[in-house]
Amino acid sequence: MPNPHALADDRQKRSMHPVVLTGISKTYRLDAVDVPALIDIDLIVLPNRFTVISGPSGSGKTTLLNLIGCIDRPDQGTIIVGGKQVQGLSDDALSDFRARRLGFVFQNFNLLPVLTAYENVEYPLVLAAVAPAERRARVEQLLAAVGLAAHARKRPGQLSGGQRQRVAIARALVRNPQIVLADEPTANLDSKTGAEIIDLMRSMQQQQRVSFIFSSHDPKVLEAADDAVYINDGRVTLVKRRHDVSAVRS
Amino acid sequence: MTLVAMVLGLMAVLLFGGYIAHIKYALQTDVVTRTGHLQIQHKDYFSIGTGNPATFGISDYERILEMVRRDPVLAPMLVVATPTLQFGAIASNSAESVTRTVYVTGVVVEDQKRLHEWNDYGLQEFESKHHVTLSGTAPDTAVIGTGVARVLQLCGPLNVPDCGPSAVAARAPGAALPADIVALASQAKPPEPEVPGHGLPRIEVLAANSRGAPNVATISVVDAEFQGVKELDDVYVGMHLSQAQKLVFGTAPPKVTAIVLQFHHTEQIPAARARIEELLRTTLEGEPLGLVDYETLDPIYKQTLAMFAAIFGFISVLMGAIVLFTVTNTMSMAVAERTGEIGTLRAIGLRRSGIRAMFVGEGIVLGCIGAVLGIGASLGMAWIINELGFSWTPPGRVDRVPVAVHLAGENALMLGSAVALALVAALSALLPAVRASHMNIVDALRHI
Repeated sequence: MPNPHALADDRQKRSMHPVVLTGISKTYRLDAVDVPALIDIDLIVLPNRFTVISGPSGSGKTTLLNLIGCIDRPDQGTIIVGGKQVQGLSDDALSDFRARRLGFVFQNFNLLPVLTAYENVEYPLVLAAVAPAERRARVEQLLAAVGLAAHARKRPGQLSGGQRQRVAIARALVRNPQIVLADEPTANLDSKTGAEIIDLMRSMQQQQRVSFIFSSHDPKVLEAADDAVYINDGRVTLVKRRHDVSAVRS
Repeated sequence: MTLVAMVLGLMAVLLFGGYIAHIKYALQTDVVTRTGHLQIQHKDYFSIGTGNPATFGISDYERILEMVRRDPVLAPMLVVATPTLQFGAIASNSAESVTRTVYVTGVVVEDQKRLHEWNDYGLQEFESKHHVTLSGTAPDTAVIGTGVARVLQLCGPLNVPDCGPSAVAARAPGAALPADIVALASQAKPPEPEVPGHGLPRIEVLAANSRGAPNVATISVVDAEFQGVKELDDVYVGMHLSQAQKLVFGTAPPKVTAIVLQFHHTEQIPAARARIEELLRTTLEGEPLGLVDYETLDPIYKQTLAMFAAIFGFISVLMGAIVLFTVTNTMSMAVAERTGEIGTLRAIGLRRSGIRAMFVGEGIVLGCIGAVLGIGASLGMAWIINELGFSWTPPGRVDRVPVAVHLAGENALMLGSAVALALVAALSALLPAVRASHMNIVDALRHI
């Protein structure tokens, strides 16, 4: 018979932690061949931390990030994001959940090319039907925070790679998400700009009290991380926590 | 290219629609200036009584006319209310010994003149057709169709063109008018006229009177007028109502076969019809009268419009299909090009319905832009066509009519076509939009 205290403790842990993955597996089918991307992953992401998922190419980093970001579904296992079990949610409910709770920063920036930097940052607020005055205040605040107040009216094509990624960071944070997911955010930037972006994200994470989860094999990103999750061949091989000197095998 | 296809498609539909509108107005004007909008007739005249004006005529027509002219509801709408008498007869030119069957129309000339002046749509081709040759002539005069003039060999005196030598050659030697007809005509012939008809060519018109006996009148022909349609031109004899009544009814009380009512606007027909039907049920109760409208009197009007409506429908469907496939193709390409954008929008929380609405909305915007440009271009092209002054000869007619496009003011046509274009564009965008909304987000984000 399960211990009621243990169950209550488990529920509390699930609601506290931004991400709790249990027994997650995901297999892709390429032509007639099944390719396992993730195998039996258990992982807890601690709140308000700078967590990096690292590993070689093809190790399953992006797949893991996609599952946490609720833009893909696992074949097996349980995903709890922000205290909510997300597998059973409908597509619309997942969309609403992503809009409210999650922010995304992509390797290719993925800004909408026909919108200005201001409009790109504003777009999630428009989707949420936030009042114009409130939108304006929030967008201006974030553009100032990422150092792009002077470039608000420029379109993505008129901005440098680093500036575009700053716009993407502002867009990811504009709805005060619980978690920001960033897939290789520095991969398309030179090392100096990449370092600046890492610093910016680090500072935004501390200002906004948000959990940042990256996929990256950039040593600078790993250096900046609070926690590092190493993954190889679809399995978590190591979880390092900055304030927990012991290395814990999954 | 998509916009160009939409604009050209809409132009084709609108220009053809404007052309049909012009044909409708021209045909309607042509019919209404001949038959009026409504005719009060004996209730069986139109179906079985056209050859028998004595049995199916209206005897108390003057009282009915006065009632209609003084009616407070009808009077403001009326342009003219006039009696007519129509019947079949035989016309002959005894001097040339030729005869032919004709259709006589007896009219009140001054009323007829006003009837012919109706041009509610301001069509240029009707501006010059107002004169009625019988105006100011003696009661025993007539106007005949040019076809009648040719058969009766009156081309020379009446200056009718295109009378070849065949007309003269066709005369069979000795085919003289029967002696009894000549005798009858000579009895009816008035003393040598010192009237305006003096010196004019004369014909004899033989008709059955109200008792079934033959009656003949000698008529001076003031002119031969082309009647537009060959079938009518070959039988038309127009004369003063009094003369026509004398021919059919003699000394008996005269009748007419119809009271022609013409209104200021065609749209007034329902109100006028309702009022006349009310009069027929009340004041005129017991009179065997009925109402016939111009569309029934001239079935070719409705048949022609129905034919053009069918062609218009076919062209519209064709253009709609072209626009549909063009926009579908364009939107499919747009979806393919914007796959990454779709992935991004879905990732940041836009629902599938939002993606669908986005692409369908773009289709509608494209349709609206195409509609505005198409309407503008069509109005411009319509003006150019009207200025160029093309003309053509419609089937069944001999005279040429202008090729004109009546588009300005056809708001229902333009609005309807614009809305249809926007709807087709929206429909065209729907399939690509549904495909876009069902894209796998991860695959879409990978797309560069």
